[in-house]
Formats: sequence, C-alpha cells, structure tokens
Amino acid sequence: MTQPFPSRPLPALLVLSACLLAACGEQTDTAPSAASAGGVPAMDAPLIVRLGHVAPLTGPQAHLGKDNENGARLAIDDLNAEGFQIGDKPARFELLGEDDQADPRQGTTVAQKLADSRVNAVIGHLNSGTTIPASRIYHDAGIVQVSPSATNPQYTRQGYAGAFRVFADDVQQGGALGAFAMKNLNARRIAIIDDRTAYGQGLADEFEKAAKAAGAEIVTREYTTDKATDFAAILTKVKSTSADLLFYGGMDTQAGPMARQLKTLNLGIPMLFGDGGCTVEFHKLAGEGAEGHYCSLPGVPLEKMAGGTAFRDRYKAKFNTDIQLYAPYAYDAVRVVAEAMRKAGSTDRMKFLPELEQINYPGLTAQITFDEKGDIKNGAVTLYQAKAGAWSPLETMGGDATP
Amino acid sequence: MDIFIQQIINGLVLGSIYALVALGYTMVYGILGLINFAHGEVVMIGALTALTAIGLLVPSGLPGPVVVLGGLLIAIPVCMAVGFSIERIAYRPLRNAPRLAPLITAIGVSIVLQQLAMMGWGRNYHTFPAILPSTPHQVFGAAITDLQILIVVTAAVLMAALLWLITRTRLGRAMRATSENPAVARLMGVDVDRVIAYTFVLGSALAAVAGVMVAANYSIAHYAMGFMLGLKAFTAAVLGGIGNVGGAMLGGLLLGVIESLGAGYIGDLTGGFLGSHYQDVFAFFVLILVLVFRPSGLMGEKVAERA
Repeated sequence: MTQPFPSRPLPALLVLSACLLAACGEQTDTAPSAASAGGVPAMDAPLIVRLGHVAPLTGPQAHLGKDNENGARLAIDDLNAEGFQIGDKPARFELLGEDDQADPRQGTTVAQKLADSRVNAVIGHLNSGTTIPASRIYHDAGIVQVSPSATNPQYTRQGYAGAFRVFADDVQQGGALGAFAMKNLNARRIAIIDDRTAYGQGLADEFEKAAKAAGAEIVTREYTTDKATDFAAILTKVKSTSADLLFYGGMDTQAGPMARQLKTLNLGIPMLFGDGGCTVEFHKLAGEGAEGHYCSLPGVPLEKMAGGTAFRDRYKAKFNTDIQLYAPYAYDAVRVVAEAMRKAGSTDRMKFLPELEQINYPGLTAQITFDEKGDIKNGAVTLYQAKAGAWSPLETMGGDATP
Repeated sequence: MDIFIQQIINGLVLGSIYALVALGYTMVYGILGLINFAHGEVVMIGALTALTAIGLLVPSGLPGPVVVLGGLLIAIPVCMAVGFSIERIAYRPLRNAPRLAPLITAIGVSIVLQQLAMMGWGRNYHTFPAILPSTPHQVFGAAITDLQILIVVTAAVLMAALLWLITRTRLGRAMRATSENPAVARLMGVDVDRVIAYTFVLGSALAAVAGVMVAANYSIAHYAMGFMLGLKAFTAAVLGGIGNVGGAMLGGLLLGVIESLGAGYIGDLTGGFLGSHYQDVFAFFVLILVLVFRPSGLMGEKVAERA
C-alpha cells in the first residue's frame, strides 16, 4: 500500500494542522445585504441615504446582533414612514446589514466592504473588539460611525472625529459597578474573570481599578474565552480564594452557563457583570442558577425611558420577539444621525459631522449630546438583580438621562 | 486539598466526555487509517437531536431522567444513521484513493453537517431544560452532582462494553483483523465493508451519548459546538495513541485532568506570569512533550504495525 506520508508522524502533523484549522474554522457567511440603489437618482426622486449596520448575525452572539439590527431597522422604517426630509427633499433610508461574527478580522473585512460601497454612515459594531479595528477603516474612508453598544473607552480615544457612541463607556460603567460592589454588596474579596475580548477585558480592568480604589481586595484574576462553555476549573480556583463576589467581564453566552456551574460547584457567592450579560437570554442559559445575580446596563430601564414601553410594544409587534438589549440604542443611533443630516440639510459627511458634534437630541434612551471625544454626555448606569427569571432594576447611578 | 479533589473531579467529568468522543476517532483510525474530522459534528447532531426530543417530551410530565433517556434513545439511532451515511457517501468511494483525499472530504463533511445543523436548528444556543436534579453532593469537601457521577459511570461502562466487544466477540475479532490488514482479512472471509460500516455506527452511537452528556452537563448546545470538542477529543486520541482503544480512554481522561489542573494551578505555579487563559496551551504542551518522547502516543504501539 503506497502512502504519501509515513504513518508514524502523521497524527502529530494532523494535530498541528487541525489547530490551524481551528483558527480559520468559522465559515464566512455574509448576511444578505439590502439591495442598494444602483442608479443616480433623478431630480425629483427621493434622496437615498444608505446606512451600514454591522453586528454578529451568526455565532453565539447572533441573538444580540439581530436585536441591534432590528432596532436600526425600526428606526429606518419610522424615518421612511414619517416622510423625513433632508434639505427640503424627501429622504429614503436604506439599511445595509452586515455580519461581523463578533470576530475582529471579519469586522475589518465588512468595514472595508461598507467603506467601498460609500455608505453615508455606519451604525455599529456591536462588540468593542470589532468596533475598534473597524473604526480606523471608517475614519480613513471618511465615514461617520455611531456605535450603539461598544463600551471600550479606546474606541472614542483614537482621535477619530467621526467616531461616536450613544452608550456609557466602560470607565463610567466599571466605576458604577465598583461602587455598587463595595457600597451595596459589601464585597471585600473579589474574584474577576474576563473573556479576553476588548469588551470583557476592558470592563474588568475598569472594574478592578474602581473596586481597588474603593478598598476591595482582588483575590484572583482568571480568564476564559468568548466561546467557552466549561468553567468548572476556573470556578474551582475562585472557590479556593474564598472570594465573596465574582465579577465577570463578558457576554451572556458565558455568564449564563457560568452562573449555572457556580451552583453545581456549591459556590454560593453572587455574580456581578456588565451589560453583555444583562440580557433576557441570560436567564434562559443560567436556568435556576440565575437567581440573585447582579448586572449593570448603561442607560435607564426601558420602562423609565420616554416612550420606552411604546417602543417595546412596537418592536414586539414588528419582529415578534422581545428586545434583548441594545435595540433602543441602535434605534437612537440611527435617529441621531438622521437628525444631524436634517439639520445640515445634507448627507455629506463634511456638512453633517459638525451638526452631529453639536447635537442635542431628545432620544428614546437619553437626551443625546456628545462630549469632545464623541461619547454620550452624562451616561447613566442602572444596576439590576435577577429575580424570578427577569432583571429587576435596583438603582440608577449618574446621568440625568430621562429627558 | 478539597480544591485539588474538586479539580480532579472536574477533570474526570470533562475527560470522560473527551474519552467517549476520542473512541470514535481512534476506532475509525485503527481500521481505516483515516481521521474522521466529521466526528465532532456527529456529537453536535446527537446533542441537538436529543435536546429537540427532550423539548417535545417535557410537556408529557414524565420524570426528568426518563425524559433524558428518551432523548438519548432517539439521538442514538439518528447518529448511527448519520455515521453510516457519512461512511457510505463520503469515505467508501474513496477507499483506495490517496490518503489525503478522504481527509479533505472529512473536513468537507464536517462543514456540510455544521451548516445543515445551522439551517435546521438555527444559530442560537439551545438550553437544556432544568429537569435533572442539580443539587451537588459533598465528597471530601468537593462538590459533585448526580449527573456528573452518572456521566463518569456511564462512560466507564460504555468503554468496558466496547473493550469486551472488541476482544471477545466475532465482530470485535473481525474489526481487529481488518485493522491489522484489510486485504488479508478479506481473504479470510471477513466482510470488510460491513466491519467498517459497523465501526462508524458504533463510534457514532458513542458520540450520541457524549453529545447528550455535554448538553446535560453544560446545559447548552449549538450548531458549532462539535468543532472544538472534536479537536480536543482528537488530541486525546493522539495523546493516548491513535488507533488504540485503551489509549483513547486514557488520553481522554488524562487530557481532561490536565486541562483542569492546568487552569487551576498554572497561575500559582508560574507566580501569576501565566493565567488560566493558557489552559489550552498547557494541554497542547503536554501533548507535544508526549509526542516528542513517544511519537505514537502513550499506548500506541499498534500504529507502528500498520506502517
């Protein structure tokens, strides 16, 4: 029997090649992008405004990505239904939805695609890890970017004039979480786990700073990934430190199973995490392990937003599903860009960017004004506790968020 | 000390699952000299099929363990059929092709199965309903649930049964003969094609059990779960000596325990220089060390005979 390879070293070789495959194993599955207007609009034809939207539509965070896209789509449908005008011309908004799989590499690929198709602005991305590398591409292409959910401070601190966010960043959120851990939960020995993403690690770092400043001791810092499902080993390590609070920097797809495994390991300490875990999905994933844990969400509770419940009902009616998390922020991100275009009377970035910088818009989630970096001013942060399968608001810190 | 015991328990639970999946890799490799990269996807299909069945059975009001057993009994034949079809469609036509050809189709089958599962089950995480008791028992200060005990025991029983099948039955003898030399086995009256089909079906049945274990233990399943699990199990098979059934069991358990201890102690051992994010690095480092000193794996003498 002739064999191209001797059979002895083959297994070793295969392990290596299999590892390489693991790095590129995720299939590229581009979401169908909305058919874009091909021709030049005629004189009395509506002004076409093309907005790119990027979020993970496949993979573990697909439920969040779809939620963002739905929020943006609802805003666009509203604008089109209202007969929104830009410079005395009726405007027609189009959404180009792209999928970045929460993967920074894929994020830059789709960013380049949107830059090449010369969209008027980009709403996104969802994750900090994809938003930051993509922001450079949008900056170079001269495209305004408004992220509804990326919270890593670095995003708006790169000196890019066109980078905005309508969500409190990790410095604000981490600070609120740190204060809450000390003041309300009375935590003295805190264990931290993060998922090694720009978001998870960034938030965990800010939390660590705030908690240390408030006098807590960080007893251990452990790590996982945004694809892991087994946390038994690191939770056992946490157990050995007799911590009285576990902070997790990451998304619900890990926070949920982690809460469940915390229970099977008989580790009766509360978990605290940021917006990434503060979802409806968390309760489903954590099951009976969800009860009693805490999370924070920039902004105010949906019920307290002006028109929040109406928005929730409209969303439910249109998409036949509940809001996961950031949909109201994605909605506001679209509206605030449209408002700046209306004020400038143009979809030209050079004209509407100054208006966006100066904007003072009564959004759904907050009265939106930006500071010189492009961050929302006075971002509020609300703390929630898991009670009977839902997040119940405890208190809102900072911000005069309600208009 | 209780922490050490806890990490060993964590490792044994994880390792039992790895071992069951690794058996599928090693059995196929032992007989065909082929790495069936689609095996991880069979585990995924087992997990998702069982979850769907369990979801349908839950409203019947039967007790939790019965519902899970029902899900398992549906997942096993489904996986057997998938395993049989994979062999029939993707590997048998390439039986005499150069070795790389079936390796590529294996990767192709893996991607196809993953995409089919994505279309059928969607992209979201599916959660395992809370129908099994999850209150932990205390053993020497360490916590272990009924489910985890069940996983380790079931895996041990299945592995013992498989060993018995291979060493004591006619089919087992035919499998060993085919493994040693398919051409001679055929001359001795062994229906080689049939033996190979049985091997795939057996491995897939074990994969179904492993899939249900993963879904029940971590309470989640999704279309992409098979890839990393398959990779780890394949590593376990290589660690133990691919082609050797006992080696797959040893390799699986060892890899589970190494990962657990690695994640738990690497930070302390290196004075905080390396953290728990190096747990996979640690596992692969052990693998490389083993392969450097024992290229055919811990129990892999048999591979040399095939060369």
